[in-house]
Amino acid sequence: MYDEIIIAGFGGQGVLLAGTLIAQAAIEQGLHTTWFPSYGAEMRGGTANSTVIVSDDEIGSPIAFNPNALIALNEPSLNKFMPRMTESSVIIANSSIIPQNKEYRIKLYFVPVTDIADKEIKNVKTANLVAVGALIKALEINCANPRRRSAGKEGDICELEDAKVLTLQSALSACEKAFSSKPEFVEINKKAIQAGYNFVK
Amino acid sequence: MKKLIKGNIALCEGAIAAGLHAYFGYPITPQNEIPAYMSKKMVELKRVFVQAESEIAAANMVLGAAVTGKRAMTSSSSPGISLKQEAISYMAGLQLPSLIVNVQRGGPGLGNISGSQSDYFQAVKGGGHGDYRLIVLSPNSAQEMYEFAYDSFDLAEKYRSPVMILTDGIIGQMMEPVEFNKSEKKDFNDKNWVLTGCKGRQPRSVQSLLMKDGVLEKHNINLQEKYKIIAKNEVKYETFMTDDAEIIITAYGISSRIAKSAIKLARKEGIKAGLLRPKTLWPFPSQIIDSLAKKGTKFLSVELSHGQMIEDVKLAVNGKAPVEFLGKAGGGIVTEQEILVKIKEMAK
Repeated sequence: MYDEIIIAGFGGQGVLLAGTLIAQAAIEQGLHTTWFPSYGAEMRGGTANSTVIVSDDEIGSPIAFNPNALIALNEPSLNKFMPRMTESSVIIANSSIIPQNKEYRIKLYFVPVTDIADKEIKNVKTANLVAVGALIKALEINCANPRRRSAGKEGDICELEDAKVLTLQSALSACEKAFSSKPEFVEINKKAIQAGYNFVK
Repeated sequence: MKKLIKGNIALCEGAIAAGLHAYFGYPITPQNEIPAYMSKKMVELKRVFVQAESEIAAANMVLGAAVTGKRAMTSSSSPGISLKQEAISYMAGLQLPSLIVNVQRGGPGLGNISGSQSDYFQAVKGGGHGDYRLIVLSPNSAQEMYEFAYDSFDLAEKYRSPVMILTDGIIGQMMEPVEFNKSEKKDFNDKNWVLTGCKGRQPRSVQSLLMKDGVLEKHNINLQEKYKIIAKNEVKYETFMTDDAEIIITAYGISSRIAKSAIKLARKEGIKAGLLRPKTLWPFPSQIIDSLAKKGTKFLSVELSHGQMIEDVKLAVNGKAPVEFLGKAGGGIVTEQEILVKIKEMAK
C-alpha cells in the first residue's frame, strides 16, 4: 500500500498536527511514513498544508507527486488541490464551511467537521482530528473499491484484511504519543477521531 | 519505538549526543528549527547557546570555541553559509575541528526558501579562499541527520578539520521515524594543541597567518598530506542494485531518495538501473564510480541543481562511459516519473 495524503486548510486549523497524527498512526502500525509541511510565508486567508506519505515500503520523496487522499478544511484548499486529485482519490471536505451545492468532478465525502467538533466534542479546535477520523473510515471503505489505486503504482489494491493499513485503533493510540506533553488533551482528541470515523458511512 | 521527528531536530539530537558543547547561530529558513531547538535544549543541559548578531559572528564564535578544544557548531542555509566562508577558511587553515550545517535553499542570492542542492560546488570545492577541503557529509533521511551529526565531531577531531553537513530544506523540514540509538559521548581524546591557558606547560599557538619564509608552503603540504589520508579512509557511499546495472544514477541527499523510487519503477519495466549514492561528497567516491564504469554502462547524475556533482562523476568516469544529467533548481523537484522517462530514453 502507498498513500499520499494532503491535509490543507487555513493557517491555525491544525493541518500540521493532523498530519503528524496520521504519521504517528502509521508508525504505530509498523508502516513507513514521512511528513512534510508547507513552511513558506503563508498569506493570511490562504492555505497551509502538510503532506503525509504512508507505505509498507521505503519512501522516496516526502513531497506528494500523485496525491490520492485529501482533507480540505476550507474552500481555497479544496480548490487548490482538486486539480491534482483523480477519480479514485478519497477527499474529505469540511462541509461546515465548504458549500455542497457546487458541481465537483470527483465524489467528495462532505463532513461538517467544524460543527461536529463544536457541538459534539464541545471544542472547535478538534475539527482537524474529526477530519482525520473521517479520512481513516473513507480510506477503509475505498480499500474495497477496485478503482482505488495506490498513488503512483498502478494495480496495487489494498485489502481490508491486511493489517498494514491505517486503522482507527492506530490513530487513537497515536493520540497518546502526539499529546504526550499535554495529557489532558488525549481523551478529547480520541473522541474527535471517533466522531469523524462514525460520521462517514 | 522510533520517534517521529523533523530532520533538523534529529540533527540537533545527534550533535548533542556527540557532546556538543556550544551552538552559535543566526535565524534563516529552512533551518530555523535548529537554533530554536538548541536555544531550549542547550540551556536545559547547561551548555552554551548564543544567537549571534550575524552569521559571520556565529561562525567566528565556533572558531573561538573550537580552538579551546570544545565541540562547537553553527548552522545556516545557503545565503548564510556564504557569509560564514571567511571563518570556514580560517578554521581549515587553523585545523580546527568543528561542524557547519548547511540546510540548502534556492539560490543564487537570497533566492527562496525551497529545498535545493545548488551549494555543492561551494561545499566541496572550497567556498572560502585557499587550498583547503572540508569533510562534507550528505544525509538523506532524518535518521541519517541524527547519525551523521553524531559522527561528525569524531571525524572533525580525528583529522583536525571542519566538517560540513550538506543537507537541504526537504530533508530538514520533513518528519520521519528516527531511532535514537547512540550513547551520550563523554570521553574525548586529549588534544595536545588546544589553547586552554599555559599555566604549568609550554605556551602553544594556533595560527593561519604564516609569514616566515617557506612556512606557509610547508603548512599547505601538510594539509594536502592530511587530505590524502582522509580521501583514502573516509569515503562512504551506498549502492542499490548496481551489480548488473546498465544505467547508474548518481544522486545524493533528497535526490537519491527520488532516484531510488524511479529505479524500482524502471526495474519493474525490465530496465537494469541502479543507484550510487555518495554519503561523503568530499571525499568523493571516485573509485567505486570508476569501477562501475564498465563498457555498456551509462551514468545519470540527478541533482536539485543545474549540474554540479556531475563534474565529479565525469572526473571519476574519466571518459569510460557517457554521463548524462537531469536536474532542477530554485525550488523545482525532479519527480520519479521524470527520472523514469530519462532512464527509458537512455535505455533505448
